[in-house]
Amino acid sequence: MSGSYGNEGEQSYLSRKGFLTWALTLDHKRIGLMYLGAVLFFFLIGGIMALLVRTELLTAEGDLFSGDNYNKIYTLHGAIMVFVFIIPSVPAALGNFLLPLMLGAKDVAFPRLNLASWYIYLLGSAFLIFSVLAGSIDTGWTFYTPYSIGPSDNGNAIIAATLGVFILGFSSILTGVNFISTIHKMRAPGMKWMDMPLMIWALYATSVIQVLATPVLAITLLLLVFERLLGFGIFNPALGGDPVLYQHFFWFYSHPAVYIMILPGFGIVSELLTVHSRKRIFGYKAIAFSSVAIAVIGFLVWGHHMFVSGQSELSSTIFSGITFAVAIPTAIKVFGWVATLYKGSIRFTTPMLYGLYFIFTFTIGGLTGLPLATLASDVHLHDTYYVVAHFHYVMMGGLVIAFIGGLHHWWPKMTGRMYNIKLAAFASVLVFIGFNLTFFSQFFLGSQGMPRRYHAYDRVSESLQGTYKFWHQMSTSGSYILAIGLFITLGYLLASLRKGGTRSPHNPWGGVSMEWLTATPPIEHNFEGQPVCTHGPYEFPEIDKSAQDKH
Amino acid sequence: MSSHDHAHPEYVQHHFHTAAEQRAASKFGMWAFIAQEILFFAGLFMAYAAFRFFYPETFVAAHEHLSWKMGGVNTIVLITSSLTMALAVRAAQTGNQKQLSIQLLLTIVFACCFLVVKYFEYSAKVHHCLLPGDYYGLPLKDDAGNFKLDAIGNRIFSDHCDIPKSGQMDAKSAGIFFGVYFIMTGMHGLHVLVGIGLLAWIWLRARKGHFHPKYFSPVEYVGLYWHLVDLIWIFLFPLLYLVK
Ligand code: HEM
Ligand SMILES: [Cu+2]
Repeated sequence: MSGSYGNEGEQSYLSRKGFLTWALTLDHKRIGLMYLGAVLFFFLIGGIMALLVRTELLTAEGDLFSGDNYNKIYTLHGAIMVFVFIIPSVPAALGNFLLPLMLGAKDVAFPRLNLASWYIYLLGSAFLIFSVLAGSIDTGWTFYTPYSIGPSDNGNAIIAATLGVFILGFSSILTGVNFISTIHKMRAPGMKWMDMPLMIWALYATSVIQVLATPVLAITLLLLVFERLLGFGIFNPALGGDPVLYQHFFWFYSHPAVYIMILPGFGIVSELLTVHSRKRIFGYKAIAFSSVAIAVIGFLVWGHHMFVSGQSELSSTIFSGITFAVAIPTAIKVFGWVATLYKGSIRFTTPMLYGLYFIFTFTIGGLTGLPLATLASDVHLHDTYYVVAHFHYVMMGGLVIAFIGGLHHWWPKMTGRMYNIKLAAFASVLVFIGFNLTFFSQFFLGSQGMPRRYHAYDRVSESLQGTYKFWHQMSTSGSYILAIGLFITLGYLLASLRKGGTRSPHNPWGGVSMEWLTATPPIEHNFEGQPVCTHGPYEFPEIDKSAQDKH
Repeated sequence: MSSHDHAHPEYVQHHFHTAAEQRAASKFGMWAFIAQEILFFAGLFMAYAAFRFFYPETFVAAHEHLSWKMGGVNTIVLITSSLTMALAVRAAQTGNQKQLSIQLLLTIVFACCFLVVKYFEYSAKVHHCLLPGDYYGLPLKDDAGNFKLDAIGNRIFSDHCDIPKSGQMDAKSAGIFFGVYFIMTGMHGLHVLVGIGLLAWIWLRARKGHFHPKYFSPVEYVGLYWHLVDLIWIFLFPLLYLVK
């Protein structure tokens, strides 16, 4: 590849100083960094809520919070984590930074739209924060009717929160539109679709879902707001409406949205596992197309959230069948990753550790989805801690682990600094242990009948109470370990930014995809001159090509 | 500065290499945006379909109270505006500045006509209290703000609300019908309003001579948007006003 390695001509994208150079920037790298700051902030807030929830459950009695307050805290936890942390975390933060670099482009297709989406995100978040001040919502992150339309003393909070999520949706749609156009039309000369890093494929599939599913959420929430304001009736059985219709609408978005959450994680992990084991990805096309397949099938399975909501048995059976079908492309990926590791020169760097954790935790998350997709077992497991454990294994064990891994992988590229490697490895072990302790315990809780969203469990038989208490305490201890690990992580990442922090070498991991061609940190216009793509993203110099046919 | 030596025409943003690349990317983005618009309205059409399925009688009875004449006039107005819009794009492509400006203005005028007719339509609905949900028939409330109910538990509608009072429609499902009607036509009307803003914006730019045969993308994209708005109406109109 041609292009520049040095820092000669232009300056680093970080070098211009001053508030306005950030607030008005059109540079995708700066916008990505601002998003990163925001999502990490919300991760912290959402995390604190989670610790409060876990602490309440240490004892069987509802002693820390009243039931109402408990409802508010877990709702806030869920809404923050889903809408302002996970969904923008990889696409809008890491993706914004990386996508043009990985494609060899100077910026995303619509830089102004990109900045607009950042401010729309801020506005939406402001609405969410306002909803807390207006009394906070207690509906759960899904805003299910009738909770969200019934008489309530916090009606304004519900309106503020739903409008906030409505607005956030537009930020997400604009990012998606931007990425799709950029990927289609702005790849470097020589880069064909099959030369794109898998991260790009994943972001592509994600963007498609963002563009096609989010508008349905928007209209759903708008209907909900009108329902509250005008007594519209369409979700209210007392007025002739249908609350299950709300669930259909909501999950038509939110099941695809779980793939908005996980697909970018798949992308990151494909990068981590190849670069840190110096191997080509096994089954590039299979992994690329399975992302697209998941995106497509993901639109047809929403009814698996409604097996016990009065959906017809025929629909349930069909939804159950299609849900099983999602497991196929998902498994293809996992096999591809494992096969990539086989005979690789694995280096146990922190990003790689997270990549390996991901395979472990995500696989558990995916497999535990299958009993939920099975009609008979879901009747037992629905709305129990088993579901909570399942989706935390995929969202936290999947996306968040991948996100942290990606953060460690590209941190040097983004900041020019290297964090304390030993501390990082140590903290990652804490995260891994803490995570599994927290959420594996919940499988036991759920399969023994502990319902989700209860702040006390003191009304069950003595022996059951004992069992619940044991697993809850395990889970809570795990969450503390997890929190310590994450705080250490935050600490050394921030410390690497201080004056005199360790400067990272130009290409610390020996990556060969295009983002490693530019200076570290990149120059303002990404590349000096136009880079040309001459080889695939995983053609590491170590790979022995002697036995290979020329093509 | 090495990378910026090559001469860019001023209409090409500097992160694109060529005008062709900029055009390809922006056009693609516009289509993606249109896809999301379609999904947005698809949600509303789904709500319509679901409640039509639940309450077919009400939907038939209630649609008699929509004015197919006004809807029909508006359909003609919008289709004509799509024609003038297409002519505007054509004028931009051929560099005919005068035509461009005239056709854009005509499109704006038609769009405003549409909203004026809409205003009269909505006023008639308000006059007869054909309103969504809790407002259908403007039911009376007691001092505590609860609805007053008659002997058999139905809401008591305000005296001037002739149609709801006549009881020919089931009040609950009629409230839903008019909810669906108002939100569908309202969201569409909002899009018309935004369209007027966009049209005014490119009209101003056209008058400054920003567009020429080599660069007319904004005109084209506003055109795409405007055709979409038209198309949505073409579906809304028969579903709400005509279908028995
Ligand atoms: C192999 C793939 C998967 C299968 C078969 C699967 C299946 C299911 C099923 C059937 C449910 C409904 C359980 C119930 O409420 O009774 C469920 C819940 C859930 N799943 Fe998955 N899932 C899969 C992957 C994922 C992924 C990748 C994510 C997110 C990244 C995810 C996030 C969730 C969430 C958030 C819920 C619960 C939502 C709520 O009720 O609050 N799932 N899953
Ligand atoms: Cu789902």
